[in-house]
This record gives sequence, structure tokens and C-alpha cells, in this order.
Amino acid sequence: MLLASLVIFLLIEAAPGDPAEIMLGTSAQPDTLAALRAELGLDRPLMVRYAHWLGGVMTGDLGQSYTYGVAVTELIAQRFTVTLPLTLMATMLAVTVSLPLGVMAAARPGKAGDGLATVFSQIGIAVPNFWIGLLLILGFAVKVRWFPPGGFPGLEAGFGAALGALVLPSIALAIPQAAVLTRVTRAAVIEVTNEDFVRTARAKGLSRRRALWRHTVPNALLPVVTMLGLQIPFLISGAVLVENVFSLPGIGTLAYQALSQRDLIVVQNVVLLFVAIVLVVNAGTDALYARLDPRLRGRR
Amino acid sequence: MRRLPKTLVLGGIITVIMIGAALLSRFWTPADPTGMNIMARLKAPGEVGLLGTDQIGRDVLSIIMSGAWTSLGIASTATLVGGGIGTVFGVMAAAKGGWVERLVMTFNGVLFAFPPILSAILLGALLGPGAVTSMVAIGVFMIPVFARVTRAAAIQIWARDYVKAARMAGKQDTLITLEHVLPNISAQLIVQLAIQTGLGILSEAGLSFLGMGVSPPTPSWGRMLSESQTYLSSAPHLVLAPGLAIAITVLGLNLLGDGLRDLTDPRRRQTT
Repeated sequence: MLLASLVIFLLIEAAPGDPAEIMLGTSAQPDTLAALRAELGLDRPLMVRYAHWLGGVMTGDLGQSYTYGVAVTELIAQRFTVTLPLTLMATMLAVTVSLPLGVMAAARPGKAGDGLATVFSQIGIAVPNFWIGLLLILGFAVKVRWFPPGGFPGLEAGFGAALGALVLPSIALAIPQAAVLTRVTRAAVIEVTNEDFVRTARAKGLSRRRALWRHTVPNALLPVVTMLGLQIPFLISGAVLVENVFSLPGIGTLAYQALSQRDLIVVQNVVLLFVAIVLVVNAGTDALYARLDPRLRGRR
Repeated sequence: MRRLPKTLVLGGIITVIMIGAALLSRFWTPADPTGMNIMARLKAPGEVGLLGTDQIGRDVLSIIMSGAWTSLGIASTATLVGGGIGTVFGVMAAAKGGWVERLVMTFNGVLFAFPPILSAILLGALLGPGAVTSMVAIGVFMIPVFARVTRAAAIQIWARDYVKAARMAGKQDTLITLEHVLPNISAQLIVQLAIQTGLGILSEAGLSFLGMGVSPPTPSWGRMLSESQTYLSSAPHLVLAPGLAIAITVLGLNLLGDGLRDLTDPRRRQTT
């Protein structure tokens, strides 16, 4: 995490553009610019600025946005109210679709259900989520007008309206995730089905269905959980794109807008937040992995 | 004669067609992909050209063909370079173990936390948008992916008796890696190359969609989709054509990767 923060800080520091000039405009007087630079701490040595930023990250003081003129923490917290429900809805949807589909495919390999799951996973992995988003807008917002084509009314407009605005974006974000998870679930269930303990359970008279849900599926969850963790970078990338398609004021849009406005302090903190999420989720996945598989506990 | 897996045949055909279209676009396209014709703007497929025209009257099929060159070029270069670096890290980690392995894996963990879009946002701040930004962003993400796959596969080869014997006979790690490890894991690396190039195409399209990819007038599938948003209801063909081009190309590469895996490791055929 420390290494990642250093990489982000150095890349942003190397980027062209003077924050003081961005805030005051190119016509500002040199002494005014110098005063603002001193106020922002930009005249201090590089490593002091890095240490100051890290200290701010620890205390929740991420500085002031150059263009929005508000605290970056406030800005991120505000946008998180869109990105968090969007990614959670997408993940829930992906898991809800992929688990039964993957298990169904693995329970009867080579049958119609398996074919359906395989086609879904192959196509779902190949299709870009922002294109799915455009097709959903075309079908469900332009043609039949069931959902809004974009924008987010905010929670103050009511839970239903806010949820409605996130339905199409979360479907667009969920499909590629569901495709990957279906594939992994199917493979994991087939692999566990061939294990001795499942064969023993069947030999003891357990029905196929009972053996599947009681022994096979719980043991096949390990690779599924791992993949769920590994999918986080793609979920974040997807969120940036899908928010853009649906004009959602989330963190992805914030990062993108901040980049075009050269509001580099926002870019720096948003990227750090995303990287932190990936690293924390990966660590959490490892911990969960150990809980799900007692055999791994001794190895740590 | 051994039958080739269906996925390999189908994936191979699709990939060859897409690469063929990309190569052909260097010499011939039905019309000039950058040539505007305002009088023939937003024409439906078949009305003007096979796939119609865009908002400034450019031939969509010609842009799709030229976009294939852009997409495949950026994705394959990034995957080859990033994959090459990742492979070196992976074999190094497997051969040396200890602190080298820990260092490589820590470095990988950090790189893996930067998905292409985030890397592109960071690099975009530094270099501005463009083909180089896209290539570096995608390439950086490929390093940990290949390092992990290579390390896992190479560790298995290092555990084999003939490799242990070679080491005991005093053969250098580098020579063992070149003579025994890399040839034995090459099939897995080729499979990864096909699959990750598909992922690279998706990333390149995403970056172009956000305006962080190649600059106009260089044709790009992602930018075509971005520009099509304004004409969703009046010209849906502008949304369908580039999206299908991306999906079919990635599908082809994924099927090719799966097929190669089935061919080289038939035990996995049932589960993948």
C-alpha cells in the first residue's frame, strides 16, 4: 500500500500543470501564485509533501480540490453514495445469476443447461460493459422508456427513483462479472464432483441433489470467492466506464472529470482509494479463503 | 488423426478473419475511413456502404476495418511486452525463490491493484491521452498476470526429477530456465497470450471510449461507440457495428485460448 501510494504520488508530481495556476488562472500575478503555492505547501521538498499527504490520508484530510473548491474527502464521500450501491448491486446480481447457472451447468455437463451457461459465459466475457450499457439504454430507456437513460436523482428523490436509476447500469456492470463467475463455478463444481468424498457420499446413499448442495457446492465455493476478489480491479474499471455511459455522478466520473480539468489532487486521492479497495479486498479474500478451507489455516 | 477442439477451430477462424481485416485495411478499405461526406451522413446499412455511414458521412465498414488495426496493434503489443516482462519475473521468482520470489510477488500485488483504466488515468495526467498511454496502461496490467501464471507453472517444472538432476549436476539456473522450464510452460503462455490479448482489446476500447486512447482521426472502435451515444435512437447501427466488432474479436481470441488449452491439456477439457 505504501509502495502504491509512492508510485501514485511520484507520477502525479511528475505530471505537467501548476495547481496554483489552475486555481487562479493563467492571468494571475506571479506573487499571488507564489503565495498560493506556499499556502498549499507546494514550495516544500518532495518527500515532505509526500509525508504530509500520507499523514492527511491517515487523518482523512485529503486537501482541497483545485477546481471544485471543496474538501476532497467531502467530494469522494458524496460520489461514493453512487458508486458503492452501483458496485454492490452489480456484484449481488452477478452472484445471484452465476451461482445457480454454474451449478446447473456442472450438474448435467453436456446438456442444454450446460450449453446455455457456456454460451452465456463466453459471450458475457467478450462483450464490453459500456456497450451493454448503450444497448440497455437503447432498449429500455429509448424504445420502451422503462428506466431513465442516465443521471442520478439522489437519495433525496426517494429510494425507488434512486434505485431505478441504478438498475440498467448495474446490469451492464454485472453481465461480464456474472459470465466469469459462471465459468469458474461450473469448473469448480465439476472438479469437486469427481472428488472421493463426494463419491463416498453418493455411495452411502445420498441423492445426487443432496450430495451436490451439501458437499459439492460448499467445497466448490473456494475458487468462486477467489475469483470474486480477483474481479475487483475489473469491477472498478467497469464502474468508471458504466458511470460515464449513464452520466452517473460517481467516483469513476469524478476521476475522469478531474483528469480533464487537471485537478490532480482529486485524481491522486481517487486512484489511491481504488488501489486501497483492490488491496483490501484481496487481503479479505485470502482471509475468507482460509476460513472456508480449514486445510489452509496451518500454512499461514 | 487427432481431431482439433471445436473452440480452437472457431476461435482460429474468427481471429484469422479479424487479423486479415486489420492487415487488409493497411492497403485497401471500401472507402477512405477518414473521408467526410456530410451529404451522406447517418445512412443506414446497405443504403450507403455495407454498414452505413456515421455522423459525418464516413463509411462505417472502413472505420471498423481500420479500427481493427488500431485495436489489435495496441492490445497485442501491450500484451507481448507486458507479458514478456511478467514472464521474466515469473521464471525468476520460480528459479530463485526466497527474497527474490517475495519481492516479485509484492511488486506484482502492487501492479495488480492498478487496473488499466486507473493506470491510464494516472498516465493520462503525465503523458496525456494517446496510443502510448493506452499501451503502457494495458502492458503494466499484463505484467502481474503473466508473472503469476509463469511462476505457478515454472514451480511445477522445477519440482521435476530431471530438472533437479540438472541443478545437482551444476547447471546454471538461467540455462535450466531456458532449456527446460520455458519450453515446458510455453503452451500455457501461448494460451494466456491469446486470452489476455482479448482483455487488452476490451481495455483499449474502454480507454478510447473515455477519450484516453488514440487521438482522432486514427480510427478506433471505442471512440466510435463514444461518438455513437448522441445518435442512439436515430442511427442505432453506429452502436451495433463497433460493439459487435469488439465482441467478436474478443470472443475469437478467448475461444482460441480455450481451444489451445484443450489441445495441450486434454484433462482440462471437461472443466473449461
